[in-house]
Amino acid sequence: MQLALPANSRPLLLKFQSLIALFVLCLGISLLSDKFLTGANFWNVLRQISVNVCISTGMTLVVLTAGIDLSVGSVLALAGAIAAGLLRNGIALTGPDLFIGFTVLGAVVAGLGTGTALGWFNGWVITRFRLPPFVATLAMLTIARGLTMLWTGGFPITGLGDSFDYLGTGWLLGIPVPVWVSGLIVALAVLVTNKTRLGRYIYAIGGSESAARLSGVNINRVKTTVYALAGALAAVGGLLVTARLDSAQPNAGSSYELDSIAAVVIGGTSLAGGRGSILGTVQGAVIIGVLNNGLVLLNVSPFWQQVVKGFVILLAVIIDKSNAKND
Amino acid sequence: MLVAENITKRFAGVTALDKVCLEFPAGQVTAVIGENGAGKSTLMKILSGVYADYEGQIYFRGQPVRFASIRDAQACGIAIIHQELNLVPYLSIAENLFLGRELTTDWGLLDQKQMRRKTQELLTRLKLDVPPDTLVGELKVGQQQVVEIAKALLEESEVIIMDEPTSAISESEVAVLFGLIRDLRREGKAVVYISHKLDELFTIADRYVVLRDGHSIESGPMAGMTPDDIIRKMVGRDITIIRQQAGKTCGEPVVTVRDLCLRHPTRPNENQLKNLSFSVGRGEIVGLFGLMGAGRTELLETLFGLHHGRASGRVWVEGKETFFTAPIGAIKAGLGLVPEDRKRDGLVLGLDVQTNISLADLGNVEKTGLLNRVKEALLARKYITDLRIKTPSEKQEARNLSGGNQQKIVLGKWLATNPRLLMLDEPTRGIDINAKNEIYKLMLQLADAGMGILVASSELPEILAVSDRVLVLSEGRLTAEFSAAEATENAILKAAIPSTI
Repeated sequence: MQLALPANSRPLLLKFQSLIALFVLCLGISLLSDKFLTGANFWNVLRQISVNVCISTGMTLVVLTAGIDLSVGSVLALAGAIAAGLLRNGIALTGPDLFIGFTVLGAVVAGLGTGTALGWFNGWVITRFRLPPFVATLAMLTIARGLTMLWTGGFPITGLGDSFDYLGTGWLLGIPVPVWVSGLIVALAVLVTNKTRLGRYIYAIGGSESAARLSGVNINRVKTTVYALAGALAAVGGLLVTARLDSAQPNAGSSYELDSIAAVVIGGTSLAGGRGSILGTVQGAVIIGVLNNGLVLLNVSPFWQQVVKGFVILLAVIIDKSNAKND
Repeated sequence: MLVAENITKRFAGVTALDKVCLEFPAGQVTAVIGENGAGKSTLMKILSGVYADYEGQIYFRGQPVRFASIRDAQACGIAIIHQELNLVPYLSIAENLFLGRELTTDWGLLDQKQMRRKTQELLTRLKLDVPPDTLVGELKVGQQQVVEIAKALLEESEVIIMDEPTSAISESEVAVLFGLIRDLRREGKAVVYISHKLDELFTIADRYVVLRDGHSIESGPMAGMTPDDIIRKMVGRDITIIRQQAGKTCGEPVVTVRDLCLRHPTRPNENQLKNLSFSVGRGEIVGLFGLMGAGRTELLETLFGLHHGRASGRVWVEGKETFFTAPIGAIKAGLGLVPEDRKRDGLVLGLDVQTNISLADLGNVEKTGLLNRVKEALLARKYITDLRIKTPSEKQEARNLSGGNQQKIVLGKWLATNPRLLMLDEPTRGIDINAKNEIYKLMLQLADAGMGILVASSELPEILAVSDRVLVLSEGRLTAEFSAAEATENAILKAAIPSTI
């Protein structure tokens, strides 16, 4: 029945495909390990995934416009470190001898602001100077990591207090707080991509930038917004990580951009832009998370984990390509 | 030397060439003449091996041949100088000339010395005074054209096809080229020369061949012909005139343009549009005719706010002076642009019909800040019905529809913004005859409903069929204006053909 409408059934089949893959994966792991299908492990996996889901949601928006953001891992670290540092030490101005303390809310806002600002800067550089997103965000990857080292002096910032740590470790109505946070973000992102002008313009720009421009879309504004959102969502990830560990690590989030791009790609979003969805990315993130968890439970060495993950990404993209060809 | 018999070539239902017969004798320069779309380029691509699937037979020196690739044709001794430059900017002149046919030493390494020497010989012959190691990207466009010519001369070719070789070069370079063509003629080569510039043809050509609508119409010696004769042969066709309500009074101007100029993107001292002044009235269809490179597309794009920063002049929309810095301003003021390349600029091919139609005015389908799919689908269905877009549903991807239906989606998108002036750039290119007529009819309906329409086209019959008034562009200048009653193909073509020498 679905096959009668190839254009509409393709995304459905795609969604279906990754769900099947996920199911097979879970089945396989649970046969091999009795620790996999336990309540504790279930929430543990979801809690771990939620950080990647936040980052990957932003990444999806960027990739849909035919861009890429390599700086999310570093932005995550800086946002977490800023929030932790302000919460722990406040700001002491030596000149007027003034001390500003920060509440948890203040620290969270500062962290989010940092991520948004760095993301906005990415977007500004990309649109104003017409730099390839790959280059601009690669530069930001280094810049933000360096700023993190400067801010932390290379040492973790710890002892952030229970009310901040609640963000990463707490439970609400029987569900971990990070899962609430990432779930809310996904819901908002689904709404934005499907139901708002911004979302529509994101798809249009990725599909054909010139057609979007001729239709009156302000390309620069949309792109800048998207990169700012990606930065903000990376910052959310940074807060969750920091709160879970009760510590802002200077090298937190290293290579997170790769996991996030992997989630986007496995989720069926085209790196050429214009095609894909937030929910696909969530599935991609879950597949990667379950795979990671399963490999750990099965005592596979971390080195082999990386090899396996790489092949899974290859497989996902090859399947996606052959789907596109059959279109 | 080269004879083509009954060549037929079809593109997806459109017959580009229909049983074309012609010959190119040795030691003569044959001019191939025809309007845009007459089939000149297609024919040259077949002769030079670019298109391998055609019907008919080609004889080279009396032997039947069939070229499977450009390399095949080159090996036989047929070289083509393309209208568009096919050079790699980051490689040197010598590297470009020998690209794909590099000379090697006995060790299998590149024989740089030999290649450089041969390049130098050719450059000297072509009187291009730059070292062979110069990067092509550093050359002026005219010099690049000379390199393109050198590429064709590198191998001893018997037939040399030149497709608009003078479109980018200066007068002194043209003189060198003509000297060279005379040399080739003396050496007994067959030269095929394609150009819009009639005076050039009279200077250099011995024979002419006229193509029209994919048919070979006539051929003969150039001697004794006049430009008027040639133009008559290019045109000579019965056309169905839909419009021409002579004396139709048009409303006050929707758009008035004064002294519109557009600077060249790379050559700051040159203007692509030169002091254009005109207006389009309410309910009026103004046809904008020009040959390749006359500035039709640039004019429409500039009005639409796409070349902000390079444009100057004054524009009034409905009496209010404005100047658009981005398309959004133009859209808000009531302008719409159906672009030339609909697959790239008109549509987002990967999105469905409904999304494409609503894209230029999402305010239409918004409800409390969110897009409303139901409203959007209704809007799309309205235009699917009104414009008779053939699609299984409004959810179909634009990619899957035919050219004519895609063009109707673009039209639907602009009609949804309720424009006062609709600009169309080559609205029926690559569209079958039925859809073409539907689009003409639609333009007439819209004009009758009071919309101003500015339609740019390189196809004369199209211009004549729909226009109330015809503007002619030539090399960025408005060279003539005709009312529907005065407009004839001869007069328009005469005004459109630039004079060089």
